Amino acid sequence: MDLLSNLALGFGVASSLQNLMFCLIGVLLGTLIGVLPGIGATATIAMLLPITFQLEPVSSLIMLAGIYYGAQYGGSTTAILINMPGESSSAVTAIDGYQMARQGRAGTALAVAALGSFFAGSVATFLVAIFAPPLTAIALKFGAAEYFSLMVMGLVMSVALAHGSVLKALAMVVLGLLLGMVGTDVYTGAPRFTMGMTQFADGLNFVAVAVGVFGIAEILRNLEDEHDRQVMTKNITRLFPSRDEFRQMVGPVLRGTAVGSVLGILPGGGAILAAFASYTVEKKLSKHPEEFGKGALAGVAGPESANNAGAQTSFIPLLTLGIPANPVMALMIGAMIIQGIVPGPNVVSEQPQLFWGIIASMWIGNLMLVVLNLPLIGLWVKLLTVPYFVLFPIIMAMCSIGVYSVNSNPYDLFAVAFFGLLGYVMSKLRCEPAPLLLGFVLGPLLEENLRRAMILSRGDPTTFVTRPISAGLLVLSLAVLVLVFLPQIRKRRDEVFTESDA
Amino acid sequence: MSTKPKDGTDIAAGLLFMAIAAFFGWQGLGLDMGTSTRMGPGYFPMVLSGLLFVLGAVILFKAFGRADDEPFGRIAWRGIGFILPAPIFFGLTVRGLGFVPALFVTTLIATQASVRMRPLPALVLAVAVTILSTLIFSYGLGLPFRRFGPWLPL
Repeated sequence: MDLLSNLALGFGVASSLQNLMFCLIGVLLGTLIGVLPGIGATATIAMLLPITFQLEPVSSLIMLAGIYYGAQYGGSTTAILINMPGESSSAVTAIDGYQMARQGRAGTALAVAALGSFFAGSVATFLVAIFAPPLTAIALKFGAAEYFSLMVMGLVMSVALAHGSVLKALAMVVLGLLLGMVGTDVYTGAPRFTMGMTQFADGLNFVAVAVGVFGIAEILRNLEDEHDRQVMTKNITRLFPSRDEFRQMVGPVLRGTAVGSVLGILPGGGAILAAFASYTVEKKLSKHPEEFGKGALAGVAGPESANNAGAQTSFIPLLTLGIPANPVMALMIGAMIIQGIVPGPNVVSEQPQLFWGIIASMWIGNLMLVVLNLPLIGLWVKLLTVPYFVLFPIIMAMCSIGVYSVNSNPYDLFAVAFFGLLGYVMSKLRCEPAPLLLGFVLGPLLEENLRRAMILSRGDPTTFVTRPISAGLLVLSLAVLVLVFLPQIRKRRDEVFTESDA
Repeated sequence: MSTKPKDGTDIAAGLLFMAIAAFFGWQGLGLDMGTSTRMGPGYFPMVLSGLLFVLGAVILFKAFGRADDEPFGRIAWRGIGFILPAPIFFGLTVRGLGFVPALFVTTLIATQASVRMRPLPALVLAVAVTILSTLIFSYGLGLPFRRFGPWLPL
């Protein structure tokens, strides 16, 4: 069987001593930084990205993937213990997780989150292995028009899933696309928007943009109001859930995994939506809906499984189409390009070790997380007591080193400061940064495919609607846009997000 | 106070988007537009600038007649004053002073962003970060940084 031999190849690659080590380092670093409040998975990866550049492509991507789900896991620990989600996908976990911690069930909440995540991660990894190859086959038939439409859909989805105003999110996408235009035009070699600075001829460094918009802006937001955090550490006595609690978590974990796997594939931020959707489902199905918000086990187990499943399956569009489903995947694309790999359907056939190695390493990494983190929880908790004013200078130092090490270009550091300020101003104006980053990464690809499609069709714009796949994708994007502007859906969407903010 | 409600945040956001769009549009004027068959380097950016301008205008327009539901909140002036210069300083001096002194001062600048940081702990922290980072990045990972640069009389 193909699948088995492929998986065997993948495990062969992933279980080499070197790759196991990088996976472990990635998972540990990811958890370490993910646990620190105020820094989510995206900022973590943006910061740690540069240290992987010296590695082999496979090892570097394995390590990055490890950082990703490590950070996700670390984020939920923080959400449960101090009610401060580092990432919007663990915002849901904070609702009931923190309440459980206040009732002295912090250990149980952490264990449930870990076990649910592990189960969901395993299932989703398997799904990636099953569905990625056939999707690649479809993707190979994609022409420029289809790629263009697919990216439009991805961007529209990211708008639909962003917090707050849809209009502002749309504007952020367009701003991101414009920022992506900076640099040399690929067709004519003409410099664009570089303002005469040759240092920006290759475009804005996307690590600098990501670190600025996510990392620095986040630090500034946290510095607005310096107050003590209350860490719920006193009551971590019992880690493993009781038999009864086990029975309670089976259903939510299974449903969460299913919801998460499906939604994770959608371009535009699946893991976040998955967590919200799972919470809503559990609340609807529960016999005691009044417990939700007051420490319901299902309110932790479901969303945690869902966001982890979504996190894994969001690798599917990345590995098959080369299109990022969320900002983290956008960073992965950047990492692949820096390593000289062109993300897209050709990766499977041209670099099978890489493709299957990453997939296998996801499962290994998830296993490491469970085995390592449950015993290490005490250590992570200690970390939470480190005051913020000690943490952020360290983060600033890491950011500076990291960004500089990408190209040894001092201008990238100036860009970090600029985008830090822009990100902060934007967040003050209640504009989400995620659509901007997606737009920034997809901008050049979008333009290239648009221009190619127009050349191929000899200037006939109907090419986007006469080709069936392209038309289908565009209709879908339009439908999503119409939906988010409908008054009823809009109200419902606001409710979902408000619930998570509470 | 004006009598008509308006959403100050959205007014600012709309104006900012419009200003950015105008800037990109103005910068893009010198670029070749091409035709829709063969788009020049200026075509797509111009379309985007136009779109951003319209979106900004709509956000601005809709801000009137609706109250600001969420106050603007505090602004981290001290943070802006010390956090943002830190990477700029690092960029300006990492070649001249070298990795070790540049990082030390960068960290020291960053520590000042918090009102709670005392001078002595700040110094200790900066020394610790510098030593550890030098060990990890320069010796451990072997990143090609000059530890001490030509500006120093060493």
